[in-house]
Amino acid sequence: MVIKLPKVDVVTTGMGWTGGIVAAELTKAGYHVVGLERGVERTIEDYLHGHDELKYNIHKELMQKLTKDTITFRNALNDTAKPVRDEGAFVVGTGTGGGGAHWGGQTYRYFPYDFQIRSKTIEKYGEDKIPADVTIQDWGITYDEIEPYYSKFEQMAGISGEPDPLAGHRSIDYPTPPLKKLPQMKMFHEAAEKLGYHPFVVPTANVSEAYTNPDGETLNACQYCAFCGNYGCEYGAKADPIVTVIPTAKKTGNFELRTNSIVTRVLYDGTKATGVLYKDTRTGQEFEQPADLVVLTSYIFNNVRLLLLSGIGKPYNPKTGEGIIGKNYTDHHTITGAIAYFEEKKFNSYIGTGSLGSAFNDFNADNFDHTNLDFIHGGQIEVHLMGNEPITNNPAPFGTPTWGKEFKKNSLHYFYRNLTVVSQRAILPHKDHYLDLDPTYTDDYGDPLIRVTFDYTEMDHKRNEFLVEKINEVVKEMGADIIDTIPMAEHFGGRFTFQHDGGGVIMGDSPENSAVNNYMQMWDVDNLFVCGASAFPHFGPTNPTPTVGALAYRAAEGMIEYLKNGGGQLISKK
Amino acid sequence: MSEQEKNSPILDKRSSRRTFIKNSGLTVGGLVLGGAIGSLVAGKTETTTHTATSGSTHTAIDYSDTRQFFVRQKDFDALSTAAEIIYPEDDHGPGAITLGAPYFIDKQLASPWGINTDDYRKGPFQPGEVPLDKADIMLQGVRKLNEVAEKNFDGTVFKDLTEEQQIAILTSFQAGEVELDLVNSAAFFALLRTLTLQGCFSDPLYGGNKNMAGWKMKEFPGAQMSYTSYLDEEEFVLIEPISLGGHKHS
Repeated sequence: MVIKLPKVDVVTTGMGWTGGIVAAELTKAGYHVVGLERGVERTIEDYLHGHDELKYNIHKELMQKLTKDTITFRNALNDTAKPVRDEGAFVVGTGTGGGGAHWGGQTYRYFPYDFQIRSKTIEKYGEDKIPADVTIQDWGITYDEIEPYYSKFEQMAGISGEPDPLAGHRSIDYPTPPLKKLPQMKMFHEAAEKLGYHPFVVPTANVSEAYTNPDGETLNACQYCAFCGNYGCEYGAKADPIVTVIPTAKKTGNFELRTNSIVTRVLYDGTKATGVLYKDTRTGQEFEQPADLVVLTSYIFNNVRLLLLSGIGKPYNPKTGEGIIGKNYTDHHTITGAIAYFEEKKFNSYIGTGSLGSAFNDFNADNFDHTNLDFIHGGQIEVHLMGNEPITNNPAPFGTPTWGKEFKKNSLHYFYRNLTVVSQRAILPHKDHYLDLDPTYTDDYGDPLIRVTFDYTEMDHKRNEFLVEKINEVVKEMGADIIDTIPMAEHFGGRFTFQHDGGGVIMGDSPENSAVNNYMQMWDVDNLFVCGASAFPHFGPTNPTPTVGALAYRAAEGMIEYLKNGGGQLISKK
Repeated sequence: MSEQEKNSPILDKRSSRRTFIKNSGLTVGGLVLGGAIGSLVAGKTETTTHTATSGSTHTAIDYSDTRQFFVRQKDFDALSTAAEIIYPEDDHGPGAITLGAPYFIDKQLASPWGINTDDYRKGPFQPGEVPLDKADIMLQGVRKLNEVAEKNFDGTVFKDLTEEQQIAILTSFQAGEVELDLVNSAAFFALLRTLTLQGCFSDPLYGGNKNMAGWKMKEFPGAQMSYTSYLDEEEFVLIEPISLGGHKHS
């Protein structure tokens, strides 16, 4: 029997960055927030004894176990999707902190171009520049409008960085100075500058010095220990919801965290979301939690899945182009580039952080002319020093066997004599790429899994060819003796290894083209907000978290206004 | 850091502790830091214990070198031989057997990981999907190594073949040319290779990388707590490795 609980002001589904930000902001404003989290509660004490590559980097200790929840994947509409079965192939955080526990902490903003991609592309190149099946749209918010929220996220998370000369304007400096420029980064800067580009040290949530944020939470100085991305930070030197927004929410006395609580449905009466249904993962007991505001703060797959399972919004149909839930899914796990080997150098590449490195954006967004190119947007060219771990890294030039005597000899010789320069790039939506419920495979409770349909487009391949050529020029300038270009597969292979997915509950300026407005409020259901990269109409060129965080701060502002005003749409429909 | 310390390739633990406290600016989480600093200071290296009994000296039994998963000696011999071919002993240092990779693999297969407890295992399994768990794949694969050896070389088991013959058989497995039940031989080989490298380079707590010899060979410093003293170093700095076991307070 379902136990019905007393009504609360706000209920959230998941306690990662978006759940944490919403909880902090709403509890500070005096509202009672219940945070439901399917995993356990963690503190930084849980990250001690954690410098273990096998446990964290390979066996993904911090991630959701696929026995409970996975996705299915196919490349094309006529294929039969297969479940992603292997723990190493699908990374989604669980427990308090969520993805914010295991992230590496790269914190770039998206470009002004990203937020108005359709109108700016048409303005400069004409409508023909956009292929008919590439469903890009403006985000319903401009860079100038989102800028204060980016700043708010950066101030909360203590971000260390220096301005990227080619990025959008900043109203305030990064709160802490950039991480140290290691010798490998200096080589990258020198080469890039010589070629006329504009390198900068990567902005990061691995904080360069002790910092107390505006909420009074303290982050400590990063130790460059290299156990970072896929690990939690025992120093509290990586911005993580468990050292920032969750303690802030707790201090108010208005926050109640319920762990081992998995939300299975949003309760919907045809007009409003009346609450959520959730299960205690240990006992199976079901609870109904009524709330004035329901906020979906899961990872994108679960946000979309909860809406589809609850019958909220019209599911997207790729054949007709009608419907919106599940539309514009984008996968951002394709990063290629070149591995450069240096005979005369031996780097201290055991040193690193989840986001130590340098980058330049001369070939990103619309920072370069696309008139004679058969793609739009671009990518960031970057070098990362994340710490070369010994199981995962056995670098040997192409042509070396993958085992045996020669493999051993070369992989030992080159272990400290290589650098990889890569490019993260934007991924644009396509009418055939979407999320829906799988017709065959289910979770432990019998609910269908999310099905991903995604593949590379022609533009993805063209963009890659262009960027890889530029990368090769840079590593050549750096003095590499051997350059191996990492090939891009013809088709996306279905490895979702660092939680970069977007779309499915996209934002925009009208219910005709979007599911949520620029406060993440559903057009159809006034008291239901859906936070996260599920709102991205396309995947910007770099890591999603700062934009996710900025949009969550904006959403929280909207929620407070909604509760104050006693309801209604925050944005008038176009 | 003094000039002398700078020249020392080995992490000076006292100096690191001071630098660490200075750089971290930590005022909260004393509990956490107790552990962290302790681990830097304790930093003892593992040594093999020799015990003298009745006047004769012998090496104490390493109880962790006891099989949990592989019951038949013949299976374990094939596994060990194959792992050593994949990562052989040479002038650079020890190979998979000396590093303990076969025992590491045995323990992994006996663990929940060996029966895929964290993977999605619901059917239907479609063509190309492997319905077997990792323990099943490895057991079947190593038995097949012996079967192929015996069939082609007059009943000689895999471990007694010449190195060239062993390499030839492993190459045919890697190419997917050997027929296995419900799994491709290439998938078995990939799993064997992955497990072998894990056994050479994971923390010694799992039974491989014995005495951190894999890390020493690779010049990897292991589970260090901080590298802030080395950020400006232009030359390579060799740091003696530390394992999670070495973090323990004595």
